[in-house]
Amino acid sequence: MSAEMLLQITILLPLLGAIGIVIAHRNPDIRETVTLITASLIAVLVIIIANRFFQGETFAFTVAEPIPGISIAFKIEALGMLFALVAGLLWIVTSIYAIGYMRGHKEENQTRFYAAFAIAISCTLAIAFSDNLFTLFLFYELLTLSTYPLVAHAGNEDARKGGRVYLGILLGTSIGLFLVAILVTWLVTGSITFQQGGILANKLDPAWAGLLYALFLFGIGKAAVMPFHRWLPAAMVAPTPVSALLHAVAVVKAGVFTLLKITIYIFGSDFILSNDVTGVLVWVAAATILLASLIAMSKDNLKARLAYSTVSQLSYIALGAMLASKSALIGASMHIAMHAFSKITLFFAAGAIYVACHKKLISELDGLGRAMPVTFAAFLIGTLSIIGLPLFGGMWSKWYLALGAVETGQLLLVAVLMLSSLLNIAYLLPIPIRGFFSKPANGKHYSKIKEAPKTILLAMLITSSACVILFFYPDPFYQLAKLAAGGS
Amino acid sequence: MMQEHLSIFLVILPLVAAPIVAIMPRGRYAWAFSFVVAMVCAVIAGQQLWSVTHHGVISYALGGWAPPWGIEYRIDSVNAFIAVIIAGIAAITLPYALLSVEKEIPEHKQPLFYSAFLLCFAGLLGITQTGDIFNVFVFLEISSLSTYALISMGQKRQALTSAYQYLIMGTLGATFFLIGVGLLYSQTGTLNMMDLAKLLPDVVGLKTVHTGFAFILIGIALKLALFPLHLWLPNAYTYAPTVITVFLAATATKVAVYVMLRILFTIFPDGFVAASPAGDLFIILGIAGVIIASVYAIYQTNVKRLLAYSSVAQIGYIALGIGFATSLGLTASIVHLFNHALMKGALFMAVGAIIYRIGTSHISELNGLGRKMPWTFAAIIIAGLSLIGVPGTAGFISKWYLVLAALEQQAWFAVAIILLGSLLAVIYIGKIVETLYFKPAKEKQTTIQEAPILLLAPTWLLVIANIYFGLNTELTVGIAEQAVQALVGTPK
Repeated sequence: MSAEMLLQITILLPLLGAIGIVIAHRNPDIRETVTLITASLIAVLVIIIANRFFQGETFAFTVAEPIPGISIAFKIEALGMLFALVAGLLWIVTSIYAIGYMRGHKEENQTRFYAAFAIAISCTLAIAFSDNLFTLFLFYELLTLSTYPLVAHAGNEDARKGGRVYLGILLGTSIGLFLVAILVTWLVTGSITFQQGGILANKLDPAWAGLLYALFLFGIGKAAVMPFHRWLPAAMVAPTPVSALLHAVAVVKAGVFTLLKITIYIFGSDFILSNDVTGVLVWVAAATILLASLIAMSKDNLKARLAYSTVSQLSYIALGAMLASKSALIGASMHIAMHAFSKITLFFAAGAIYVACHKKLISELDGLGRAMPVTFAAFLIGTLSIIGLPLFGGMWSKWYLALGAVETGQLLLVAVLMLSSLLNIAYLLPIPIRGFFSKPANGKHYSKIKEAPKTILLAMLITSSACVILFFYPDPFYQLAKLAAGGS
Repeated sequence: MMQEHLSIFLVILPLVAAPIVAIMPRGRYAWAFSFVVAMVCAVIAGQQLWSVTHHGVISYALGGWAPPWGIEYRIDSVNAFIAVIIAGIAAITLPYALLSVEKEIPEHKQPLFYSAFLLCFAGLLGITQTGDIFNVFVFLEISSLSTYALISMGQKRQALTSAYQYLIMGTLGATFFLIGVGLLYSQTGTLNMMDLAKLLPDVVGLKTVHTGFAFILIGIALKLALFPLHLWLPNAYTYAPTVITVFLAATATKVAVYVMLRILFTIFPDGFVAASPAGDLFIILGIAGVIIASVYAIYQTNVKRLLAYSSVAQIGYIALGIGFATSLGLTASIVHLFNHALMKGALFMAVGAIIYRIGTSHISELNGLGRKMPWTFAAIIIAGLSLIGVPGTAGFISKWYLVLAALEQQAWFAVAIILLGSLLAVIYIGKIVETLYFKPAKEKQTTIQEAPILLLAPTWLLVIANIYFGLNTELTVGIAEQAVQALVGTPK
């Protein structure tokens, strides 16, 4: 198959899947089969594309050119390949999980759920493969819109309110700031196509570069840099599979991915380093890392704590992007993948607990670990990987991020990263410990509670083993990260 | 030679058809005849646009009297483009009209309804085609008078007061316009627009000319519902029959904008607008209109009225582009003229389909209808996204050029306002969508079905156009750029 066709199919296939899902709405079994087949095909396709990409093939095609110089065009480069690989591989796992969760939980409107999910994946892949800011912006907005029905899924007042915050912040920042940043870029350079080494050097007065970068940083609300992080906790009203794949992987990573793209291909790391574009802004990310960790610590609701943990972890990537040295960019890019596998495991476990015994609060989990050993073991692995201990994939990205901070001489930032790791321990580790070692309150016994449905366990098993495997075999992601950061 | 005759035919055909339709015995015959007329006009308008862009300006001396003594029809790419909008929208609205009119207008009035519709159509086309400023006034009155009649045919009794309100305001506007034209005539002795453009530079310093300019400006601003002269519009759009709302929203204000552009940039010499307070006035009123009308829209409980206020806000955008008075700003305005016709046309049609089913457009009655009428609902979403200005839709193209024009002028405040307007649109469109989809449906509405195909097809034609012109702007932006040249760079 030609490279161009492969790329087209990969972006369109989830859309076809969504149509299939809607057509099969009368028969849930066929409908879920459509989801599974589409998701498996996508997983296979991204692996094939990655293989051929490593062999040096170029993938590119243009759909339309609405305004001269501004086109809807796709082209695969290393960073996009990495992001697509993460999203593509985790979709099938999440689909397996979602079937167990949605059925175990007897959710309504499942057809809408699966269809919107598939559309969201299509948008995510399109973002990953986009060749210019216009295309990226287009699918960035479509991703927001297609995930709105998933956030407001329950349809009650709470869910609608969450949905409103979600849409309000994401659309507000993107139209109010991101679009302006794109327009300024267009006005200054006459181009918005991603280019190795950036397009702004020699065209933009360095004095204004910091301001433009700030427009991008805050305009990309999906990166959840404070103060525009509120949408992410608000989105937690969604069913857990949505929180797991979209609000720990696809949507939020689309944000930091965009930020990395802009850093590498619009500003160019040399331009940032030589003009100290982000000198002040790194502290916004550093502050987000610490503040979000502190807020996470105060949350008793499990999903809310995980959401704030995500906010904090996303700013690792934002920080790496803004440091812009080679190691920092490698660390940031790898963290997209590493955090994805770890955090999705945590969300899967949280959902499993919810399905099995309808518990949402951490203070209710005492002693539950003995009734649900697999779930809590998975949670433990995810936790350790997020903290960044050896034997787990999360270590690598933190390693390179810290290295980047040392390289640029920002020793205070190294301290921030270390402190944050301690905070991670403080707010995540007590959860599995409580589960395994604490006694249930009021002397209750959880003899009746069983593990969640098998598909849920299977999904957790896959992602938690991936956390371990990625420690020993981070190579594909490392290679892609290195390529993106400008090495060979 | 053939071409010139076709251009005059474009106005004469609906004008002659109107009385014929009026005496037809049944509504369906009247509809069929009107439909054929509108289709023919659309084809001629399209052909005219093609001819103008390829072979240049068309000039037709009415009755063989050479201009500037006789009336001249003079078509360049600006008015050819506007004529395509009018005729195109009419041709799309009429298939929609069949069912909608049968539901809303009593059988014995239907022929008269179509007759008035054709008169209005002829009037709007006449305004765009003519090169004579007094002739503009005549056609303005033809279209306005027929519009008053059409609005008053609405189902609710408020339609009568709305029509009356519009009558008063519209007549004031037309009178002001006429006084202005008279003052210009008194100084130049000509009514031909090209001739005026030639003669005005010599007398432009005179107080009389300034006064005339002010009168014309206010008169047309009333017609185009420029904030704060928009008070007639929300009532008129809300209570008019659905078809008329669609047609007026997509064409009537657009034609007024066209007249405004002609007067500001063709008739008055270069730099006159920039030197007069008019430019700033447009920017200030545009900004105020975008914000205030959008906020009003958010608080409306009737969807038609909500969209009407949104139209006032959109006119604010167009006014902003005019106020910048740069070629980029004018391009943005003209592109938005076209794109706004597409999105508001689609939205009013979709809302009309809901009215066709449940008989009201009050937001509290729409709960959960999105599930019953998925195609109508999807149309509202896509057209709504276009209104917000999401990339991939026509609305984005307008916003893109408008923001670029503002950035070019370094009018940061205007940039902020344009984007804020988009966000306000998110709120009011979101309000409709949320009601239609997430609120539980009412008991009595369980039997509601999807709208009939005859209503859906024209709606979706416009919806698809919204996407098409968001991806391919050769026609819209290309012609708008030509049109700006024709407006500003006319040989004097």
